[in-house]
Amino acid sequence: MTTSSRSLTGELSRRGFLKSTATAAGGLVIACYLPGCSKPEEVAVSSGPPKLIKANAWLQIGTDGSITMFCDKSEMGQGVYTALPTLLAEELSVEPTTIKVEFAPPGNEYVNKLLGVQATGGSTSVREAWDKIRMAGAEARTRLIAAAAKQWGAPPQSCTVADGYVVFTSRRASFGELAEAAAALPAPENVRVKGHNDFKYIGKTLPRLDTPSKVDGSAQFGIDMRLPGMLYAALAQPPQLGGTVKSFNADKAKAMPGVREVLQTSSGVAVVADTWWQAKTARDALDIQWNPGAAAKLTNASIYAGLKTASSGKGLDVRKEGDVDAGWKANRRRVEATYELPMLAHATLEPQNCTVEFRDDGCHVYAPTQVQGMAQAAAAQAAGLPPEKVFVHTTFLGGGFGRRLDVDFVPAAVECAKAVNKPVKLLWTREDDTTHDKYRPPARNTLSAAFDDNGRLNTVKVHLVAPSVTARWAPGAVPQGTPDPFAIEAAHNFPYDVPNLYIDYVQHEVGLDVGYWRSVSHALNCFTIESFMDELAAEVQLDPVDFRRSLLARQPRWLAVLDAAARKANWGHPPAGRYQGVALMSGYDSYLAQVAEISLDGNKLKVHRIVCAIDCGQMVNPGIVQAQAEGGIVFGLTAALFSEINVVNGKVQEQNFDTYRLLRINETPAIEVHLLNSGEKPGGMGEPSVALVAPAVCNAIHAATRKRLRKLPITRQGFVV
Amino acid sequence: MIKLTVNGQPREVEVAGDTPLLWVLRDSLGLTGTKYGCGMSLCGACTVHVDGAPTRACITPLDSVAGRAITTIEGLSPDRSHPVQQAWIEIDVPQCGYCQSGQIMSAAALLKQNPKPSDADIDAAMSGNICRCGTYPRIRKAIHKAAAIAAGAPPDSLSRTTSLAQPSAARTAKEGT
Repeated sequence: MTTSSRSLTGELSRRGFLKSTATAAGGLVIACYLPGCSKPEEVAVSSGPPKLIKANAWLQIGTDGSITMFCDKSEMGQGVYTALPTLLAEELSVEPTTIKVEFAPPGNEYVNKLLGVQATGGSTSVREAWDKIRMAGAEARTRLIAAAAKQWGAPPQSCTVADGYVVFTSRRASFGELAEAAAALPAPENVRVKGHNDFKYIGKTLPRLDTPSKVDGSAQFGIDMRLPGMLYAALAQPPQLGGTVKSFNADKAKAMPGVREVLQTSSGVAVVADTWWQAKTARDALDIQWNPGAAAKLTNASIYAGLKTASSGKGLDVRKEGDVDAGWKANRRRVEATYELPMLAHATLEPQNCTVEFRDDGCHVYAPTQVQGMAQAAAAQAAGLPPEKVFVHTTFLGGGFGRRLDVDFVPAAVECAKAVNKPVKLLWTREDDTTHDKYRPPARNTLSAAFDDNGRLNTVKVHLVAPSVTARWAPGAVPQGTPDPFAIEAAHNFPYDVPNLYIDYVQHEVGLDVGYWRSVSHALNCFTIESFMDELAAEVQLDPVDFRRSLLARQPRWLAVLDAAARKANWGHPPAGRYQGVALMSGYDSYLAQVAEISLDGNKLKVHRIVCAIDCGQMVNPGIVQAQAEGGIVFGLTAALFSEINVVNGKVQEQNFDTYRLLRINETPAIEVHLLNSGEKPGGMGEPSVALVAPAVCNAIHAATRKRLRKLPITRQGFVV
Repeated sequence: MIKLTVNGQPREVEVAGDTPLLWVLRDSLGLTGTKYGCGMSLCGACTVHVDGAPTRACITPLDSVAGRAITTIEGLSPDRSHPVQQAWIEIDVPQCGYCQSGQIMSAAALLKQNPKPSDADIDAAMSGNICRCGTYPRIRKAIHKAAAIAAGAPPDSLSRTTSLAQPSAARTAKEGT
């Protein structure tokens, strides 16, 4: 191993390994990355033991018995670094803590089957890995057993595996001893994963594998990359979104201490210096003239006016049941409401950054990314190299939340490293990060409903208006005439029993880049629908839980979480002076209900408690599920209370955490998470709990004040916290 | 040349005296456990101890700490054995982990000054540290647990002691948060 490959990020050492192997074994390593080539390959190291045998795309066994998993999902706090190895460990019957985890490089075998690209997002990681990784483990186990059985002349069905050994009567052989023979066997038939009753690790709250490195400062995030001879870069980006560099004077900056280079990049003007502080200080001294971009006149007022105008149009059909026109005409007891949702920033605590080094074999990119293939493509374009000459090394991510599904922070780092021919780490400031995000889309949703003469819900119309993230992120991916599936979440699966239902979606682009923000359109549409359901309950003077319950007779999983949350929150009997609100949602194959408990002292709001009931089917690690639910609730409450991006003349006004406020420990309510064990297939849990907080809290505010909040954030609607 | 003591070791650095301590630690000394989040003392990710006091390194000029003793997350313990680190591991506090060095340094400073903090004490000491992943409920729990560990609670009675020490939501409110 070279010095630079001794890194805390597994991927880096893997790359170092691959580099040395490529020399020794020619095209062998490359061959195992070709699509469709899933045959186990033996990969010889350049010198000395142990040999490392690649069983498949996710698993490598060393002749020393070491087990390495190539984790094809990025760890951004959601726990894949623990959950995915647990799936592998289960099938191999080894302790998850014995598995070394490295992040996988770009590769066709790592394409996320639920998303169609190599990406960590959409709360897909466990759902996508559930069969895939267990099968990878089971296949390796079957081979190891077959190899041992062959050696011993024993019947394979009488051999078992335990703690890294294949065992038959009194004989045993370690995985390390068997790995080469196992890899040489033909692909096994009848590979079977373990039955649920045999699970030893899946379903238990085992310690996270990344915790030790995250309590002693050794976990390596993108910002922590250090390479020999590395320089640091800071980037000036156009203050107006979409602007470009007209001209710049770098005389003053170039004369400052430590400055090595000032260059125009594809996204602004970069200063490269000996330390980042020097680079940043010199960047601030640059004199740059900017061309205003297409967004130069954009303001929030014009954005919302545009959404309002677009709202008068008919959208793409999302769902159509019964005869909405007839239902609407025949029933005059109507409720209508329009809701507006703000743009939001992701605010990952680790600002965007990327480290790049050009070496003899190509361009090495070290990045906290959710999309290895897209990072590779962006770097290749910036470097002027074919993608196979770009090596992407994924670090830990200091928060993702969808921000790092974009790779806009990659090209400038490549351009800097190329210009100075040295490794360069480019880091955005917090202000760069807030003002150059891909923002959560704004939305303007209008809902209408009609009750029949008996007070029964007869007709519901849901009219969604928002820009499409997917139209920007993956142009052409959504077929013409169909709605972006990531714009209609938590609406398309409207669960309530109503004879006539129509949902449509108007795609209206607002003139700035929108991005996937944790829970994506669930947050928009759950707020809309669950607020509206409360308005409907009030119209017919029913308790909000009873009203929902009466419309869920055919939805057992929805009903179960609603009942559980109501029971655990002691619904209907809050402590004196407190008020409750409820919200219900299904997303990512998970089902959730939340009850918020608040009090008001004048206009001063205090959120005391949030109770959340969850049915996410089979869990891999309930402790991580619970942590995600808790964290998602804090994330959702932050947005509900504080968050809004304001654009004035194309400039984002929010800059740092003084103007883009995040929830703090003293503002965090008691959070209770109750996990239901339905035994259904695994659901995603990285995101959904975010979306229910705003409607639950706003419904509680309505219970307290009869004031209905149809816009967020709450602190810009006359309340303080 | 400016001299300072970092994690017990004498160090010398040659950068401008107005350079924030954060960048000296990270870039000049290679101690990357201390994180950059805001640069304005708003998020606490850069928290270190200067002569034992929790300090935001991002707004602390190097020359103001010349000759003083600085402790970073790397120097809190050689083996994750500080009670706060033990408790953090036991409760599995971190998610993305980026803010946790700062959280742990703030918590360690709190416990040194106040070995048995109430929820209100925790709110006061920890409200300068942002966690975007929302690990606050676990941070609170882990600080109570660290207090119990530091007090020498034997392992078998630890969970019971800690659960008794966990204030209820009602008590939290009463204590005037």
